[in-house]
Amino acid sequence: MQKEYQTITEISGPLVFAEVDEPVGYDEIVEIETPDGSTRRGQVLESTSDFVAIQVFEGTEGIDRNSSVRFLGETLQMKLTEDLLGRVLSGSGEPIDGGPEIEPDEERPIVGEAINPYSREYPEEFIQTGVSAIDGMNTLVRGQKLPIFSGSGLPHSDLALQIARQATVPEEDEAAEADDEEGSEFAVIFGAMGITQEEANEFMEDFERTGALERSVVFMNLADDPAVERTVTPRLALTTAEYLAFDKGYHVLVILTDMTNYCEALREIGAAREEVPGRRGYPGYMYTDLAQLYERAGRIEGQEGSVTQIPILTMPGDDDTHPIPDLTGYITEGQIMMDRDLNSQGVEPPVYVLPSLSRLMDDGIGEGLTREDHEDVANQMYAAYAEGEDLRDLVNIVGREALSERDNLYLDFADRFETEFVQQGFKTNRSLEETLDLGWDLLSTLPKQELNRVDEEFIETYYVEDEPAETVEAEE
Amino acid sequence: MSQATEADVSEDGVIESVSGPVVTAKDLDAKMNDVVYVGHEGLMGEVIEIEGDITTIQVYEETSAVAPGEPVENTGAPLSVDLGPGMLDAIYDGVQRPLDVLEEKMGSAFLDRGVDAPGIDLEKTWEFNPEVSEGDEVEAGDIIGIVPETPSIDHKVMVPPDSEGGEVVDVKSGDYSVEDTVVELDTGEEIRMRQEWPVRSQRPADEKQTPTEPLVSGQRILDGLFPIAKGGTAAIPGPFGSGKTVTQHQLAKWADADIVVYVGCGERGNEMTEVIEDFPELEDPKTGKPLMSRTCLIANTSNMPVAARESCIYTGITIAEYFRDMGYDVALMADSTSRWAEAMREISSRLEEMPGEEGYPAYLAARLAEFYERAGYFSNINGTEGSVSAIGAVSPPGGDFSEPVTQNTLRIVKTFWALDADLAERRHFPSINWNESYSLYRDQLDPWFEDNVEDDWSDQRQWAIDVLDEETELQEIVQLVGKDALPEDQQLTLEVARYLREAWLQQDAFHDVDTFCEPEKTYGILSAIRTFNDEAFEALDAGVPIEEINEVDAAPRLNRIGVQDEWESYIEELESDIQQQVRELY
Repeated sequence: MQKEYQTITEISGPLVFAEVDEPVGYDEIVEIETPDGSTRRGQVLESTSDFVAIQVFEGTEGIDRNSSVRFLGETLQMKLTEDLLGRVLSGSGEPIDGGPEIEPDEERPIVGEAINPYSREYPEEFIQTGVSAIDGMNTLVRGQKLPIFSGSGLPHSDLALQIARQATVPEEDEAAEADDEEGSEFAVIFGAMGITQEEANEFMEDFERTGALERSVVFMNLADDPAVERTVTPRLALTTAEYLAFDKGYHVLVILTDMTNYCEALREIGAAREEVPGRRGYPGYMYTDLAQLYERAGRIEGQEGSVTQIPILTMPGDDDTHPIPDLTGYITEGQIMMDRDLNSQGVEPPVYVLPSLSRLMDDGIGEGLTREDHEDVANQMYAAYAEGEDLRDLVNIVGREALSERDNLYLDFADRFETEFVQQGFKTNRSLEETLDLGWDLLSTLPKQELNRVDEEFIETYYVEDEPAETVEAEE
Repeated sequence: MSQATEADVSEDGVIESVSGPVVTAKDLDAKMNDVVYVGHEGLMGEVIEIEGDITTIQVYEETSAVAPGEPVENTGAPLSVDLGPGMLDAIYDGVQRPLDVLEEKMGSAFLDRGVDAPGIDLEKTWEFNPEVSEGDEVEAGDIIGIVPETPSIDHKVMVPPDSEGGEVVDVKSGDYSVEDTVVELDTGEEIRMRQEWPVRSQRPADEKQTPTEPLVSGQRILDGLFPIAKGGTAAIPGPFGSGKTVTQHQLAKWADADIVVYVGCGERGNEMTEVIEDFPELEDPKTGKPLMSRTCLIANTSNMPVAARESCIYTGITIAEYFRDMGYDVALMADSTSRWAEAMREISSRLEEMPGEEGYPAYLAARLAEFYERAGYFSNINGTEGSVSAIGAVSPPGGDFSEPVTQNTLRIVKTFWALDADLAERRHFPSINWNESYSLYRDQLDPWFEDNVEDDWSDQRQWAIDVLDEETELQEIVQLVGKDALPEDQQLTLEVARYLREAWLQQDAFHDVDTFCEPEKTYGILSAIRTFNDEAFEALDAGVPIEEINEVDAAPRLNRIGVQDEWESYIEELESDIQQQVRELY
């Protein structure tokens, strides 16, 4: 069905309304040809028997009443092949790296189907990121979706790159060495939405320098690309991720940045359609829409690969109750919080562990998975750091001298936690052992009886007696 | 999903427009809430508005590529669930399609469209043991037979509530499928093990009673401070990461209900998987049988179609009511009711209805009330007594409890467990705020605790509440002047309150022993802390300085009672150690 219409009745923002005399499917792809011969692609947002609303990906500039509208009779598809690895594509999936056209093995609709909860496998394989604040305190596991909540001007990109570079699964490393070809390979899908050219360059340079590009697929929608295209980019990225993971057996890490731009695009479309807005003008269906992205992570029973997601979002005004971080937090399995104060103190990465959380941590750590004392150490450090943080407020009022000896120990703990445990630099890769031992060095500054969240047995084994010697800073 | 709805397809119409999950059809002869099949693929939907010759339908499946002009078939029946043996141990989507059957039928781990499956296996045979004989008079609701469904639950086959009743003329005994007639009445009515019920109507009962028995949860802060009754209602609001889901899971695992219906409404896929993987391995502390054999799961994850999310709550409560009718105590967990409300909002906005507060439809409060009212302790029409306890998680945006879903829920429920992000951040779990939470059932449940646990249950609890209240007040002063500036007796109160928080209120859901705490142990830990309190204050009165009391090294062992299996002897020894060590000081 390739009927052409010249029946555009209204153009408003990213939307075009046209009259039709044959039925058009919801979500179908549309090509609009302007009088000067350029084509724009779009998607049907609403279809009735006599008119359709079309959302145009590449912007509506230059479209007039005489433009012709062609319905392609299919929904948006992603061209899939293993050869996508190493390629750089635009936000709508066209190659922009000067390489050859993509010769697909298969095409799939980008609106992914939900994974049957019955068919999922619960994620519990620890991923070592080499970042203490994550590995030790908010462990990431395969198949998890763990966003980074950041603010404008914070180094979230550096952290994302560090994770992409360093992420390994310790046991599988050995397995892979043992029988070389068998171990599943690791791939990175990078979906950029509305980031600046400069940020994009940073990512690309790092990818090229570390050789990560050959095991990556990059989707680039830049700040000056049409906003509406952003609603498609993550879906293309995730469709590719699912293909590589569940058809080709890769362990895929998907980095999506910046989800805030994606949500802005949703709001723009919602406003153009004159929908009843929800909180702060964002559409009422934003939760469902975001869930349809974030839930495309996980493991499937009986399948080799996995999709792990690290979406990045900048919280407007550093406010985590803003609808974007708020709805994200309700869907994802935890969050890594970046903090402006820590950043200005020079802590790299500036991860504020108290509000950070990994929901899948408990099942991914412990004996046989990471180390027996992992959970207890993490809990104790959380509690001790929280106590130290509380006392800092008090110090501002009464001064340090007025505090008891016990309180001073906690204050010191909190300081050292930030400057030694969290602080490690974006180039340092710490093994889990190093992270936990470092944790014990810090915990051993507290008297044994204060460690009420740690099993006595572990205190016996790991507690560093006497004044701890100089803590060993792990270097790359 | 009920099968009968497929049977008698009546009038057809054509699609007029498609916009996401909302489809309008022309010339469709339908009643409100009829189930319809939309388009060539036969996607399931429900009639939600009729205006002139245009019928508006919410579709329970993805509508990509559905076009105007495609047919719409009406089944003429409202959305119903299949009720009968085979529901326990099952996992359903929001319209009661078994997810394991869907996986098999679709041959894929991804959910395809247009596939239907009956809610209970129609072929499987069950052992039917009749409870009536020929010549008996039966009425609607009467139990006519027993099916041993799972190791822990006997399924009671009942005369459907809409039956006229009559005299039994034929009774079968032995193995039958749910479609076979097991009892025949003189009116010609054939009763099968399977019955249907429309999800949006409450199943009839005789009378709602005042609940007097607690739903023991094995969670110290709940049983100890904020108990819920069997047949009660509770809300768990909290910002993300504060432990709503863990609390719901803990209740689903350890609550002393006969049946647990767990509705995962618009939440994470991995969480449902966790339940599916964990529950079969866990044992019911009461019966020692696998937990799964008393559990029915309904999973409509956040990325599954939004209209089915709207219906999953109703599917859940209808199944719960069915088991209540058998005389069981049922606990229904809904995680999260906010997602349900948002589904209503989404549909409502697609219908371009005039929005109420924050874009939610004006009928939000009414729907919430309707749902929680279906909970309660009932005398059933067959003379048995059963209960449905409804526990709903609420996910307020930004953790702000003043938003419409939380507020409208609080107007209805009688137990409020307020989760607190601050507590969660310092890993105080369960992070239920003891100052904000309340339970209106406390007084009516006290007699039960006093009879079944310990005479002075309510006195001990009141003492704990007083200490915690005092701590809250003192903390404000401490924030200004520091702890050491307080008089010694107040410093000691703070110390005691710390033990209350750390040894009693905190509970490790992931520790093998600590995850479940029987009420006797809850009481035991509390009275051990009280022993320390009493001894320490006596010592303080006798002139012992607070520093020395704080050094008593038996006291920190209070924090370890929770993880002790042999807690009785541990407490006994600990109490005498505390006594001895404190008394040695003077």
